[in-house]
Amino acid sequence: MEILIIIVAGIMIGASVYLMLSKSLIRIIIGTGILSHGILLMLLTMGGLKRGGIPVLDDSVQQYSDPLPQAMLLTVIVITFALTAYMLVIAIRVYRELGTDNVEELKGVPREDD
Amino acid sequence: MTILHLAVLAPFLFAILVPFLFKYFRKVHTGWFVLFVPLILFIYFLSYISVTSDGQAVMQRMEWVPSLGINFDLYVDGLSLLFALLITGIGTLVILYSIFYLAGKEERLNHFYVYIMLFMGAMLGVVLSDNIIVLYVFWEITSISSSLLISYWYAKKASVYGAQKSMYITVFGGLSMLGGFSLLYVMAETFSIREMIGNADLILNHDLFLAAMILVLLGAFTKSAQFPFHIWLPDAMEAPTPVSAYLHSATMVKAGIYLVARLTPVFAGGAEWFWIITAAGIFTMAWGAISAVRQKDLKAILAFSTVSQLGMIMSLLGAGSAAFYYMDGDNALYTTAILAAVFHLINHATFKGSLFMVAGIIDHETGTRDIRKLGGLMTIMPITATISVIGLAAMAGLPPFNGFLSKELFFTGITNVAQYDMWNGDTIGMLLPVIAWIASIFTFAYSAIIFFRTFRGKFKPDMLPVKEVHEAPAGLLISPIVLVAAVLMISFFPNILAYSIIEPAMMSILPGILGEGSNFYVDIYHWHGINLELMMTLGAVIIGTIIYVTMNKWSKLGIYQNEQDIMTTVYDNGYDALIKGSQVLTRIQMTGMLRDYIVYMVIFIVLIMFYTMFRFEGFQISMENASEIGIFMYLILAALVITIMLLPRVNNRMTAIILAGFVGFLVAFIFTVFRAPDLALTQLMVETVSVILFMAVFYHLPNLTKDNIAPLTKAINIVVAGSAGLMVALVSMSAFTYGQTTPFDAISEYFIENSVELAGGYNMVNVVLVDFRGLDTMLELLVLGIAALGAISMIKLKVKEDDDV
Repeated sequence: MEILIIIVAGIMIGASVYLMLSKSLIRIIIGTGILSHGILLMLLTMGGLKRGGIPVLDDSVQQYSDPLPQAMLLTVIVITFALTAYMLVIAIRVYRELGTDNVEELKGVPREDD
Repeated sequence: MTILHLAVLAPFLFAILVPFLFKYFRKVHTGWFVLFVPLILFIYFLSYISVTSDGQAVMQRMEWVPSLGINFDLYVDGLSLLFALLITGIGTLVILYSIFYLAGKEERLNHFYVYIMLFMGAMLGVVLSDNIIVLYVFWEITSISSSLLISYWYAKKASVYGAQKSMYITVFGGLSMLGGFSLLYVMAETFSIREMIGNADLILNHDLFLAAMILVLLGAFTKSAQFPFHIWLPDAMEAPTPVSAYLHSATMVKAGIYLVARLTPVFAGGAEWFWIITAAGIFTMAWGAISAVRQKDLKAILAFSTVSQLGMIMSLLGAGSAAFYYMDGDNALYTTAILAAVFHLINHATFKGSLFMVAGIIDHETGTRDIRKLGGLMTIMPITATISVIGLAAMAGLPPFNGFLSKELFFTGITNVAQYDMWNGDTIGMLLPVIAWIASIFTFAYSAIIFFRTFRGKFKPDMLPVKEVHEAPAGLLISPIVLVAAVLMISFFPNILAYSIIEPAMMSILPGILGEGSNFYVDIYHWHGINLELMMTLGAVIIGTIIYVTMNKWSKLGIYQNEQDIMTTVYDNGYDALIKGSQVLTRIQMTGMLRDYIVYMVIFIVLIMFYTMFRFEGFQISMENASEIGIFMYLILAALVITIMLLPRVNNRMTAIILAGFVGFLVAFIFTVFRAPDLALTQLMVETVSVILFMAVFYHLPNLTKDNIAPLTKAINIVVAGSAGLMVALVSMSAFTYGQTTPFDAISEYFIENSVELAGGYNMVNVVLVDFRGLDTMLELLVLGIAALGAISMIKLKVKEDDDV
């Protein structure tokens, strides 16, 4: 199953890179979101997906699934959320100030003297 | 710290005082205070003659960075003393001259004398240092202070151009030299020149010998204006004339000569040293002399003449270094060249210094240095004319002046090469005297041009910018008179310096090849009998006269109208091409488009990863140890893939948000399947909030439009994105396969066993988050807080027009 998940994660990362190559600021932000989802899946899978109990202590359970990657992913989710929210606000500000969300139109104008 | 160290540092220390003297003693010309520094130093260095003339040397230590072997060690022997006396002696005269040359009221004398003092100190440091790193430091200070002096009148464009050019070229050479010095250190394991000479055999047989030699020579050739690096010297003539007289005739341009002479015992065992230096020198000599004839500006003629004479000294040092190759110091066949080099070095400093000062006087009194406007000054400026005649006759090599003596020795030294038996010395060596002779013809020609165009001919007062031309004030004339007196002194009593200066200098250029206790014996005399050298001089004078007389005929030729050196054109075009080329390169690569940068990054990462994995056979995919797949997982994953593939095609904003949210919820579902309740919970909440956020934002943004992407760009995008996904997947699979086969267990057993015992919690994930690895959580909360603050300020704060951001 790990191989399959990795392949799906690879597809997600490929699609996110494709989205990030587009002109629209919103597509780029959606792309980063998808990228982080792909990475989440990848990280969870790398530790191995041996079936075990949920990582809450219970005397009847012999084997637990690995708690460490889960703790790390929790941190990742929160940080990604913070970044996504911030980028969205920036997108609003950019659109309000400059009137476009097309990144190619956001290019600086070359100065006359160089 | 000894008195010797103090002597080298004195100009630097005095430079600190100069601005104060300038500010608080406005009535006295600052130069008068400065004058005493080189004068006292000159007298101080004279006291060393008694030491060096016995063949002894003085070594004074001062620790600087002893752990790296870099020490401020000073070493006085015949060669360094000769240079130290030149620097301080001519320095005194130049400062005296500058007092009358630069007006006290209008000029920024504080700048001028600070730069001159910096230069003088640095130059003393170069010639007295025994440690090559210290020598390099002083060497670069001479480059910097020289550029400062050239651009002294910085409002003039030509000054800044000349200063930049000399800076680029000499610093290029300086850095190459540092490379050469580092290689020398690798070979000899010491920074001390003294110890290197002791280890010369070690260096000679090392693989790096040639590389070190060429790098060091680059430094010497750029500083001493050898072809093709000579082009900075004519442009350095924009400096005030005292500077040209001091730096660009007597001292700085001889730093390269000094370096070659100083390192001769280290390198001269190889025949390459002999050939490179002799060939470069003789070619520079001819090139400089021929170019000098074309110039219309007095100082430009003198600059090319300096280039030519430096080439002559350089070729002599090269020819003389053969003494080391044969280890034969007794034979005049090899050592005459060294004698000629040292002798001409002294002569050149005297007559060229006086000629520059004369050029300055003419400029000062008539307002121009253009030989087309000058003429007939002989009767108006008789003293100046007399000084010039002597200086020019010495430069042209006419008997009985000192230039004649050194030129005869030069011819002897250079014709001797034909008798050397290394590397076709007998055949190629025949060429050297021929080139040298051609150079002498042109030397005679330009000396004649300077004299006859300036002092003879018709006086043209209407072409001069000044109203009345008269003889220079006495103060301006003192220094050139002293120098010309020195010329005459050496001319009539050529052996006056033989025992005290020339023999010790030869001893330090060629140490250790004479038998124990024996000395060079120098006896220079005027009449050698009728021999080849005399015939060569005679021939040069006759043909030079013919060239001068027929000048009006050939000076109309196109080549001779063009004053600019070919190498200067090469330099200018190269400089422009370098700037244009780098601009083009930057434009190609820095497009300002986010897409391009992402493409660069992804391609680079993919290629690097692929190469590394391929190179170390990292791709290994094994299905073993993989867990089983439930049927519902197929369904979830299929849904995920379909959603993702749809996402880039969607052009409706609502659909896009919903699809993106759907991906997030599917991921949350996968977390549930993989027994991660906390993750699933957080993911669900975060995804919900994200979708709401997206909605809120989209309300303010325009609808998604269809990306109009050219088919080619789209294909590139697909390839880039596909390769990124493929590469990540492949690397992850390989990592997973390796991870399953390593003998190391996960560290999670520790958390599972101890979460209740140590932390008293049953939910292991939460215990890890707040107990075992609480620091991560704290900083993650900080990230959240910063993002919140950032979002607020993004929405609330506005920059007003007049705000200073």
